[in-house]
Amino acid sequence: MKIKNLIASGALLAVGTLPVAHAGATLDAVKSKGFVQCGVSTGLPGFSATNDKGEWTGLDVDVCRAVAAAVFGDASKVKYTPLTAKERFTALQSGEIDMLSRNTTWTLTRDTNLGLNFAGVNYYDGQGFMVHKSLGVKSAKELDGAAICIQAGTTTELNLADYFRSNGMKYEAITYDTSDETVKGFEAGRCDVLTSDQSQLYALRIKLKDPKGAMVLPEVISKEPLGPVVRNGDEDWLKVVRWSLFAMVNAEEMGVTSKNVDEVKKTTKDPGKQRLLGLSGIGGKGLKVGDDWAYSIIKQVGNYGEAFERNVGMDSPLKIARGLNALWSKGGIQYAPPIR
Amino acid sequence: MAETATVYEPGTHPDLPPPATEVGVIGWLRQNLFSNWWNSLLTVVGLYLAWAAFAPLIQWAILDADWVGDTRDACSSGGACWVFVNVRINQFMYGFYPLEEQWRVNLTGIIFALSLAWLMVPRIPGKRYGALFVLIVFPIIAYYLLGGGSFGLPEVETTRWGGLMLTLILATAGIVAAFPLGILLALGRRSQMPIVRALSIAYIELWRGVPLITVLFMSSVMLPLFLPEGVYFDKLLRALIGIFMFQAAYIAEVVRGGLQAIPKGQYEAADALGLSYWKKMRLVILPQALKLVIPGIVNTFNELFKDTTLVLIIGLMDLLAIIKTSLEDPNWLGYSIEGYVFAGVVFWIFCFGMSRYSMAIERKLHTGHKR
Repeated sequence: MKIKNLIASGALLAVGTLPVAHAGATLDAVKSKGFVQCGVSTGLPGFSATNDKGEWTGLDVDVCRAVAAAVFGDASKVKYTPLTAKERFTALQSGEIDMLSRNTTWTLTRDTNLGLNFAGVNYYDGQGFMVHKSLGVKSAKELDGAAICIQAGTTTELNLADYFRSNGMKYEAITYDTSDETVKGFEAGRCDVLTSDQSQLYALRIKLKDPKGAMVLPEVISKEPLGPVVRNGDEDWLKVVRWSLFAMVNAEEMGVTSKNVDEVKKTTKDPGKQRLLGLSGIGGKGLKVGDDWAYSIIKQVGNYGEAFERNVGMDSPLKIARGLNALWSKGGIQYAPPIR
Repeated sequence: MAETATVYEPGTHPDLPPPATEVGVIGWLRQNLFSNWWNSLLTVVGLYLAWAAFAPLIQWAILDADWVGDTRDACSSGGACWVFVNVRINQFMYGFYPLEEQWRVNLTGIIFALSLAWLMVPRIPGKRYGALFVLIVFPIIAYYLLGGGSFGLPEVETTRWGGLMLTLILATAGIVAAFPLGILLALGRRSQMPIVRALSIAYIELWRGVPLITVLFMSSVMLPLFLPEGVYFDKLLRALIGIFMFQAAYIAEVVRGGLQAIPKGQYEAADALGLSYWKKMRLVILPQALKLVIPGIVNTFNELFKDTTLVLIIGLMDLLAIIKTSLEDPNWLGYSIEGYVFAGVVFWIFCFGMSRYSMAIERKLHTGHKR
């Protein structure tokens, strides 16, 4: 057994990361230990950060809380493991955490080579541009010849080169090591444009002395769907995580919020809402959780729109527009299969 | 009419006071700062530079700073926003340790401070028991007190430990555990027994050959994959073991330097007295060797204390990491300078304290080799 592990690990060293098989259902393990061990980022504004009371908050954190609400009916039954980008997959593969909710981009390689499963997308991100308003630019297409501040060593550099080449434009790249330096460079006028993932641009904008003097351009030049991740070969758990996310989106679509959910539960005649809140239909049997699983999520965490606005949207300092993350019925692409 | 001067016989004139320009503040200034024209110029330029550098700093850090409040709105005067540090100070000190359990951390700290005083203040007797207490009993007490889960104390997982508390745990555990192992390794490397010597050399060279950051990565990213399924070590424990192994190798080399400085006559004298190997080392060689290398040892400890911040790359929330995380709170974005200045000051206080203590020890033990 040990030798086998050693060989497996040796192979891991050689080729990067390989799937590590895990027997036993995570869902059962989670139920018996009484909490969800959730891997989050060590700090990303709006997605996972600690508040003044030392509690983790953010859009990614809310996914963990939703899963805990679904399984236990109590969103507070989560223990957080702050993880850096490098160790996040190992922590999941080795069983140190039950789920990873850490702004992880869903790509083919990650989905197939790591022995992991992406449970869904809780934020559609993409690389964007921020400019000084005084520049008078309204579209990224007008950026020919611009000096652009980038954080070195990220895929943003490659995306940027691709975008400018395919549009036949020139640019001058000014690279910095950290996001703080990038902001300082932008502020000092070393560059006209700052590029990063859109979710980051809004956080960087707050760091400016005059945040209102800068704006984020509408173009998004890369696809970065971020979502929670679980281990391969554990379908029950995957489905709990996936449908926790879907329940939040469905609730927003039906207009059920944390504030009106009790009212709706008492009075609704709408069969869709009844199924969502576990009053009729399959309830929680398929997921092996309580019938009121979605009710607990909505009551304690809120629907997707509430979580979005609270953490990154208009109710937060970040003020990120819904954009792609609006519901499909409102011009975005957030769409969830029906609960029935 | 002019007064007639008193005439003294040769050799009887009373001593005159020295000229005002040669003594006191003025004299000191003239001698040290304005002794000739270029020294005067350097003094003036130096004073100007100091003023240019410190005036804005003081203006920013103290005069214009905001100290009290709850949100970033309290920071309006344009200087440093110490409100950020103020609001988060509990997190910076204890990490996510539950508020109602923090007395356990304080108690552990007090016990540690008292036992350190036992070891460090010369007048308190029973140093040998003090050392045994710090090395063996205290870690057990600290483990149960901080971790909980028994004796009626609620459990506090290590993922909730953080801040200065975690920094101190990492540093003290590294220092306290690595020191004895380092001494053993140093003795092993100078041993006559080939296997012991070879093992010691292999250990020291292996651990000195890799950067601490690699050790931490191995412990955090690779080690879990080597372990069989279901076996799982606490991340903090893995990091602690890594730091301890790494540190022991460095201590070993410092101590070996001291051992080599002891003249052969000391060894022979001890042998002539019929002392066994361990008695010889404990009573004759090590007391002299360790005294010689105090600066080196404290230097290594000092480095370790600052190196503990590297655990940030494996997601342990030490003082620096928790400050960085706090800086990512959307409500406090943009106050990184305040956070880092605070971290710098705290680290400086501890490192400076260590170095002063080492100087005091050196003076106290400075019995021979006086020049």
